[in-house]
Amino acid sequence: MELLAFGDTGWGDELFYATLMTIAVSITAIIIGFCFAAIFTPLKLSKKKIFNLIANSYTTIIRGVPELLVIYLFFFGGSGAVMFVASIFGYNEYIEINAFITGAFAIGIISGAYSTEVFRGAVQSIDKGQFEAAKVLGLSKFAQFFKIIFPQVLRLAIPNLSNVWQITLKDTSLISVTGLVEIMRQSYIAAGSTRDPLFFYSFAAVLYLLLTFLSMKLINKLEIRYSKGY
Amino acid sequence: MDFELMINSFPKLISAAVITLKLLSVSLIVGLFIGLLFAILRINKNSIVNKFAYGYSYLFRGTPLLVQIFIIYFGLGQIEYLRTTFLWVILKEPYWCAIIAFALNTGAYTSEILRSAFQTIKPGIIEAGKSLGISKKIIFYKIQIPIAIRQSLPAYGNEIILMMKGTSLASTVTLMDLTGVAKYIISTTFKPIEVFIVAGGIYLFMTFIIHNVIRLLEKKYKFN
Repeated sequence: MELLAFGDTGWGDELFYATLMTIAVSITAIIIGFCFAAIFTPLKLSKKKIFNLIANSYTTIIRGVPELLVIYLFFFGGSGAVMFVASIFGYNEYIEINAFITGAFAIGIISGAYSTEVFRGAVQSIDKGQFEAAKVLGLSKFAQFFKIIFPQVLRLAIPNLSNVWQITLKDTSLISVTGLVEIMRQSYIAAGSTRDPLFFYSFAAVLYLLLTFLSMKLINKLEIRYSKGY
Repeated sequence: MDFELMINSFPKLISAAVITLKLLSVSLIVGLFIGLLFAILRINKNSIVNKFAYGYSYLFRGTPLLVQIFIIYFGLGQIEYLRTTFLWVILKEPYWCAIIAFALNTGAYTSEILRSAFQTIKPGIIEAGKSLGISKKIIFYKIQIPIAIRQSLPAYGNEIILMMKGTSLASTVTLMDLTGVAKYIISTTFKPIEVFIVAGGIYLFMTFIIHNVIRLLEKKYKFN
């Protein structure tokens, strides 16, 4: 137990901050994922073939390629891409992007592909009459979407989005390969310096279980809130 | 775009893909047995057996695969007792550690898929078997299992693809699978995009094949 003490003698505080980092990366990533979903879901539902093609290739590629490979692409390619843009403006020094941003962005793109599929399914399962009724009421396009369609989409999407959240949360463990100090990386450091990997990795497993358990409780509450009246 | 690098790295990546496929197929076969066993335990009426099986699937579905591999590869070797048993022969090899982790992981997901398939079998089918005087054992092996397998095909197809992506984590325990080799080439040439296109293309091709094989199987074993 003294291994988990707070302060200089144990790893308690380090692991606590690492857990906060995991939560922070996961939330940032899922928000980035929602942004991607907001762009690609309309493209997927659009009647134009070319838009469908773009959105479908995004979701197919991301869902068919391992997460780790995508993370390596961003880890090794990210600073190169930024440096290329910077070199256009005449800045030729080496630029290193923050591991947090790279990681959150990589996981966000992955999570976005899953969210896009969830939102597409939710929009498609809404009764056609709802769209027509919204139009007939003479609402503006903006109000049609945000007041009538979107709340229903949310209700249908929340159960599946909770799966996406779980996947995203677990995927953040892969960012440890880029050196961002989240639960996995911190356990790796602690295991290396104390020569007690079994304890620290098992503790990491417990932390992840705790996070998934607590987030499920929270999402269940949301689910109940959004299914009022059904 | 460095096309020369893409062409040169293609054979290396293809031979690495063979290792990925090996890891995938062995862990899927072992995982299927584990999954079937735990699915049967899950539908058992004894609540202790039931809870045990639920605990297993909760544990492996609630934690990242990376943690599981690290516990098995780095963690188990720490137990002095294990080093003296024959298990050490297996546990000192990263290859077998990865396979154990993958099999246990996919086993947990498979057990959930099969459990829900068992539970959705219409009771009328089992009753029909009973009224024909077929023994319980034969009903289970000849009626329940085939129907459950058929019903879980679409979900199991997804699980195969997820597991194929999961095998990329073998590269974290020094195995040179497709992702491992891709990372090696990226870190020596610093051409991430080119390597990503080739390696990602190989992964997509494997996904495509698996997807279509499952679709074919679904069509072949369709029933109304």
